[in-house]
Amino acid sequence: MPGHEVAKDDMMIDEYEQKQVNAVPDGFNSQYLKIYYGKLFPYEEMFKWMSYANDGKHPACNQSYFGRREFSFTLDNDVYLRYKTFNSVSELENSIKEKCPVKIDIGPVYNVDPAKRHSYAQSGCYPEERELIFDIDMSDYDDVRYCCSGADVCLECWPLMTIAIKVIDTALRDDFGFNHILWVYSGRRGVHCWVCDGKARRLTNELRAAIADYFRVYKVGNENSHKKVSLMGPALHPFLVRSYTEVLKDFFERTLLSSQKIFSTAERYEKILDMIPDESVTSELRGKWQDNRRTSNAKEDINVARWEQLKHLLQSGKQKMQGLRRCVEEIVFSYTYPRLDMEVSKHMNHLLKAPFCVHPKTGRVCVPIDPNRCEDFDPTAVPTLSTLIEELNNEGLRAEADNDRDRTSLGKSIRFFQSSFLEPLVKSCKEEMISSYNAKLQQSKLQQSKNVLAAI
Amino acid sequence: MLAVRSRKPAGYDDVPTLPLYRSAPALDVRLEEFELFAIDRLRVLKGISDGLSRGKKHEEMEKLVTDLWKTNMRHPQASEDINKDIISHFVLRLVYCRTEELRKWFLSMETALFRHRFRNERPEAQRSLMAEFGLAYKKVDISELESVMDKLTQVARSTSQSLPTADAIFYKVPFAEVPELVGSRRVFISKGHAYIAMSQVVSLVATHFRSHLSKALMLTNRKWTSTIVEQEKNRLTPIVEALSTSYLGPDYSQPKEFAEISLREIDDIAKSSFPMCMRHLFEKLREEHHLKHGGRMQLGLFLKGVGLKLDDALAFWKAEFSRKVGAERFDKEYAYSIRHNYGREGKRTDYTPYSCQKIISSTPGVGDHHGCPYRHFSEENLTAALSRMGVNSRALGDVMSKVRNKHYQLACTLTFEAVHGTSCEAGINHPNQYFSDSQMIMKSKNHSTANDTQMQIESS
Repeated sequence: MPGHEVAKDDMMIDEYEQKQVNAVPDGFNSQYLKIYYGKLFPYEEMFKWMSYANDGKHPACNQSYFGRREFSFTLDNDVYLRYKTFNSVSELENSIKEKCPVKIDIGPVYNVDPAKRHSYAQSGCYPEERELIFDIDMSDYDDVRYCCSGADVCLECWPLMTIAIKVIDTALRDDFGFNHILWVYSGRRGVHCWVCDGKARRLTNELRAAIADYFRVYKVGNENSHKKVSLMGPALHPFLVRSYTEVLKDFFERTLLSSQKIFSTAERYEKILDMIPDESVTSELRGKWQDNRRTSNAKEDINVARWEQLKHLLQSGKQKMQGLRRCVEEIVFSYTYPRLDMEVSKHMNHLLKAPFCVHPKTGRVCVPIDPNRCEDFDPTAVPTLSTLIEELNNEGLRAEADNDRDRTSLGKSIRFFQSSFLEPLVKSCKEEMISSYNAKLQQSKLQQSKNVLAAI
Repeated sequence: MLAVRSRKPAGYDDVPTLPLYRSAPALDVRLEEFELFAIDRLRVLKGISDGLSRGKKHEEMEKLVTDLWKTNMRHPQASEDINKDIISHFVLRLVYCRTEELRKWFLSMETALFRHRFRNERPEAQRSLMAEFGLAYKKVDISELESVMDKLTQVARSTSQSLPTADAIFYKVPFAEVPELVGSRRVFISKGHAYIAMSQVVSLVATHFRSHLSKALMLTNRKWTSTIVEQEKNRLTPIVEALSTSYLGPDYSQPKEFAEISLREIDDIAKSSFPMCMRHLFEKLREEHHLKHGGRMQLGLFLKGVGLKLDDALAFWKAEFSRKVGAERFDKEYAYSIRHNYGREGKRTDYTPYSCQKIISSTPGVGDHHGCPYRHFSEENLTAALSRMGVNSRALGDVMSKVRNKHYQLACTLTFEAVHGTSCEAGINHPNQYFSDSQMIMKSKNHSTANDTQMQIESS
């Protein structure tokens, strides 16, 4: 396999890397990336996806569809190339191999080829279709996680992403009726979601904003108020009730309470007491906790114990006021509810990083996440550029697999992408295409026969 | 409108009095009616716009719109009410189709008006309007209703609406039909369908009304630029063009009698009584001895309204401009347009000072200083300018929050209140109104201090 030889040669060139013992060094460099784009990146699958069945032979296929999709590349030297378009999978493949972008972003499908937008200045060049997308970033949760902050993630805080996937995925399917949803690890500290149903791709900006607002429970632009979450009204909307009872409450009580040690210090529990608008309740709790007596259950987790005390006091008979009962829910929502980057979802022309890119800071591949098993996803265990190269170099496995990809741990991710997302998507796109084509045919026949009748 | 109804034979009550404006009327319209009807409707829309930008509550708005409609849209002949409604709507479509900004404003106000009127129709009439829009949704049947009843009750409780009864009417529509109900979580949605209560149908119909009108405005715009402008250039075009910038209050082209200012006092008056847009132009003119065309028009007409006589105006502009371009060039190139503003040249029209609406919708370019500072300044520049006017930091925050919400006239009103230390109930709609209100306050203050002194003298 000649490509494999090239890879080996590349290793030889970098002398400092040779010093590392028997393994490919960690990290991200353009040599590795070249190999990745040369042997592993799933061009065919990406093309199939973005074609939405328009790459077939059926007369209803729109052959220009893929070519009107905007791609943009970020190059090694921070050069940013926008409005790149490709008419075939080989054009896409050749361009990526040649430019070797550190990041590939995907934009909307325009009414005309956006690369030639200047020639359409008269009639205009505007986005016509775009997946409904969501971007959730762990750095937005910095006020409710104590294990790490900013760009770092670990297994202690990753459950926040699991919660987000569960809440949003369920609502997209059960409430909005979408079926073709792809969740992707962003390569570092968050997740992306692509909703690809035809209905979703054709949503107006107004409707995208409405859907984003449906998911919003956080107040905006009020830094002075302690309450981040405001659950107004005497009851919760069914969507929020379901999210609370099926996801948020359990994760908060069973996982985050102790993993994030939410009540462990005065500084931490004061943040929660701030959310209770009743002086007598907060001073009673503070009194109990300041003593720090660990009387009866020394074994019991202090966070769980304090949470139980708080709940007991707020939900006991004497605190019947609605406002205080709602407090328990507000605290749970504040510490668990998904925090979306609204602007990304609201506008058709927002770009989003393509799946299967490699994150330049972590070297991790942006692999799909199975929403049905998102609890099992471990961001620290996803394939990285260096492990993949290592696996490619591993002669032992060479004979057992048909292609390079299946020799590596990326194979599994690509197979999941194909079987769980791509195949059902393409199937339903074809069905939709054929049925709308037939309906049109029917109508024009009807019109013809009417015309004939009229002529008689 | 009630009168129309009462005359109709019994059983006709289901017929809505609310037209959907699907096609232009095939009516002969007299030219003066064309304009008068449009102005009456514009008063209604402008009233709605003012009410909304003042943050009036739902009930207040309902009452306001009812009153506005009653005062302005009743035709002396009750049977003509509906014609007046339709004609005025279509005339304003022509007027407001011409720029993105005008379209947006018209679309919002007409939709708000439509909502109000739809809500006040009887349920039968509402249903026939739905049918007219082709919204032939079936009622959710009893067994399905029962299966989702607890969810519908939850939604009703969460939004403090009255709880649905077992025989309540609900429609099941694609969620895309009711974006605002989805965005505010005021409906139960399941598998892509929203269950909307009869009281929420207005939202569904208004969405259709809006998108239909939005498309129609684009088409009208195309027709306007391709044919109408030229064909009607001696008849409708001037009327239409005047209507979109016409300000509906007093036009301030004639200065009030007390407001006659001389060149000597103009600097002091600018400091005390000019709104920020004019103060800025005035200061720039003193600083650079020059203003570009847009600035000359905005400030020049304002000064005319304030009471600067033509001779004084010529002297004023000449004193500044000649320092930059020389007296000779001023006489040759600039004096004409000042006389023109005063109706002494060309068409001899006495030009009207610009209203806030016109100033806000202007688009100043590089080197221009006209426009509305609340809209056209960067946040930094605006903050600096406000502090220079003596607006304290607390009021400044309020002003900036209005600006962020795009309520420029309200921001100006708050500035007025901060600078003068009094409230300004009517709000600022015109720079010359700002000026005359300010002068009134100054005069009464001076007057009362004068009185005080006199009293002291008498008592001593």
